[in-house]
Amino acid sequence: MGLDIRIPIGSLFVLIGALLAGYGLLSNPAVYQRSLGVDINLWWGGVLLIFGCGMLALAWRAAAMRTRAAASTQDLTDTRT
Amino acid sequence: MHPAAIDWTIMAVYFAFVLGIGASLKRYMRTSTDYFLSGRAIPAWITGLAFISANLGAQEVIGMAASGAKYGMATSHFYWVGAIPAMVFLGIFMMPFYYGSRARSVPEYLKLRFDEKTRGLNAISFAVMTVFSSGISMYAMALLLKLLLGWDFTTSVLLSALIVLAYIFLGGLTSAIYNEVLQFFLIVFGFAPLVFLGLKDIGGWHGLSAGLRQVALSSGFAPDAWTSTWSVMGSPSSNPMGVEWLSIAMGLGFVLSFGYWCTDFLVVQRALAADSMESARRTPLIAAVPKMIFPFLVILPGMIAIASTLHGGASGLALPHKADGSLNYDMVIPLMLGHYFPNGMLGLGLTALMASFMTGMAGNVTAFNTVWTYDIYQAYIRHGASDRHYLSMGRIATVAGIGLSIAAAYAANRFNNIMDLLQLLFAFVNAPLFATFLLGMFWKRATGHGAFLGLLAGTLAAAAHHGLTLPAGSAAGIKGGWIAVLHLYASQMAQNFWTAIYAFGVCFLVTVAVSLVTRPRAERELAGLVYSLTPRLRAAGERWYARPAVLGSCVLTGAVILNFIFR
Repeated sequence: MGLDIRIPIGSLFVLIGALLAGYGLLSNPAVYQRSLGVDINLWWGGVLLIFGCGMLALAWRAAAMRTRAAASTQDLTDTRT
Repeated sequence: MHPAAIDWTIMAVYFAFVLGIGASLKRYMRTSTDYFLSGRAIPAWITGLAFISANLGAQEVIGMAASGAKYGMATSHFYWVGAIPAMVFLGIFMMPFYYGSRARSVPEYLKLRFDEKTRGLNAISFAVMTVFSSGISMYAMALLLKLLLGWDFTTSVLLSALIVLAYIFLGGLTSAIYNEVLQFFLIVFGFAPLVFLGLKDIGGWHGLSAGLRQVALSSGFAPDAWTSTWSVMGSPSSNPMGVEWLSIAMGLGFVLSFGYWCTDFLVVQRALAADSMESARRTPLIAAVPKMIFPFLVILPGMIAIASTLHGGASGLALPHKADGSLNYDMVIPLMLGHYFPNGMLGLGLTALMASFMTGMAGNVTAFNTVWTYDIYQAYIRHGASDRHYLSMGRIATVAGIGLSIAAAYAANRFNNIMDLLQLLFAFVNAPLFATFLLGMFWKRATGHGAFLGLLAGTLAAAAHHGLTLPAGSAAGIKGGWIAVLHLYASQMAQNFWTAIYAFGVCFLVTVAVSLVTRPRAERELAGLVYSLTPRLRAAGERWYARPAVLGSCVLTGAVILNFIFR
């Protein structure tokens, strides 16, 4: 229905992932005592970033395929007329 | 818990997206079918994730984590026994009738198959139930936010109501479905690191099972009571749930599970929005895959929390106590969020929790506005108006449904007992429902009078069974035994399972008996509604691995393997 849901999902996770990873790079390492010494913001932010990019890539591929399909039906009608 | 600027930013970004999705869908809402059924145009992977997400409300997440702490691994019965088989049955055997009959709701199927009074009974009880469920969701969220962030009850209720209202008013069911998919990923990504950190803290699976052995021994059970699912189900006294294998298999695995997954319009509506019969049938089968894995996401945190509390994790995670001195199991998830997540991840975790409360509300509201508009308003109040009229009625019903939910949230806050009583009544009404659908879809002789009287008798049987039995250690009253105490169950869960079994049995027998003495409908009227009078669907043009029977068999095999590994 109109809107490809993968675009908002992808953009949301790219944004949140970048925020988390950026914060993880800049924040004081002492705060990660809580998470057992793991910079969970940096690592998990990275995971979200990759997931978000994957979703956007799928959405772009689908859009490209739709354009190609539309173009080829256009060609068919052109040759018929 | 002390959220910082980064946490608030993450929350704000999420809610901006939620509202943005609603706003960008508004221009596609032209007819009532667009609004209530997403124009039947959603691909299967989206309806599948929405199907599972509509069930993954915050009460489910918090409740299953609490059960994980209370009962251990056996809580997975609610997934591998109490969900997967019913979801497969819905996809393979029942969806052809729901989707194929072009019914716009579950009550409408009852009208097509049986008669007006059976539909009316189901529609009205369902509509009341959705409003209260959504109110309870709102109430639970407000309590939690008050505890975690110090927010005022009214602020939380109004804020969540406004957000849900805005996106459903604009984008209807599509908006709800899209946000459910968003929430699905948020829950998975928000809670997976929690499980990782919890396991790391307690020394991996090995450390966890050592801790749980201590938990089991100190509670007077066999050492594997918290880590196994079937081997401790020999008798109600050998496991912390207080149930035995027969009531798990029949009560939970058959009656309750099929009654919920196969007849509850809240989940079935997601499949009806699918773009084709194939997608509709694949919806619950796709949903079954994450459902199978969820125990590791929601039950494990509870098991980690109880093992740490009683037998020490390295970092000193410990559940708080309630006023009466017992452990507060409902705090598992909020406690672990605050304990393990630094600012940043904390924002993501809190957003996931709030998002799941709101999708829980939204799911109920979209089911309510559809049943109200099609099955009550169009059927009994104003028949034959223009489609435009019903579309605007849908929007009015959305506003009214949310208004009523707010009232229910305040009622729950003022009178806790009334909510317990209502939930009990709903349990009585729902318990026999699956017998009616089973007979309706697979026995052409079942009649409308039979279905109606069967439902009433089943509900009465549920109430009578509840009134005559009591869980051990409870006082007669809301817990049961309000007529007389003829039997004591080891636990409330055992009582619930057997209530369902009796309700189903009585409904089944009464429906059959009354049907045999009343006149059936002509067979030609039942084509497409009953199994034996409907042409078999051919899996035309589908790749073999995408066929419902193949997908369903894979999912069932997976569930059997998991049951075996954790036996």
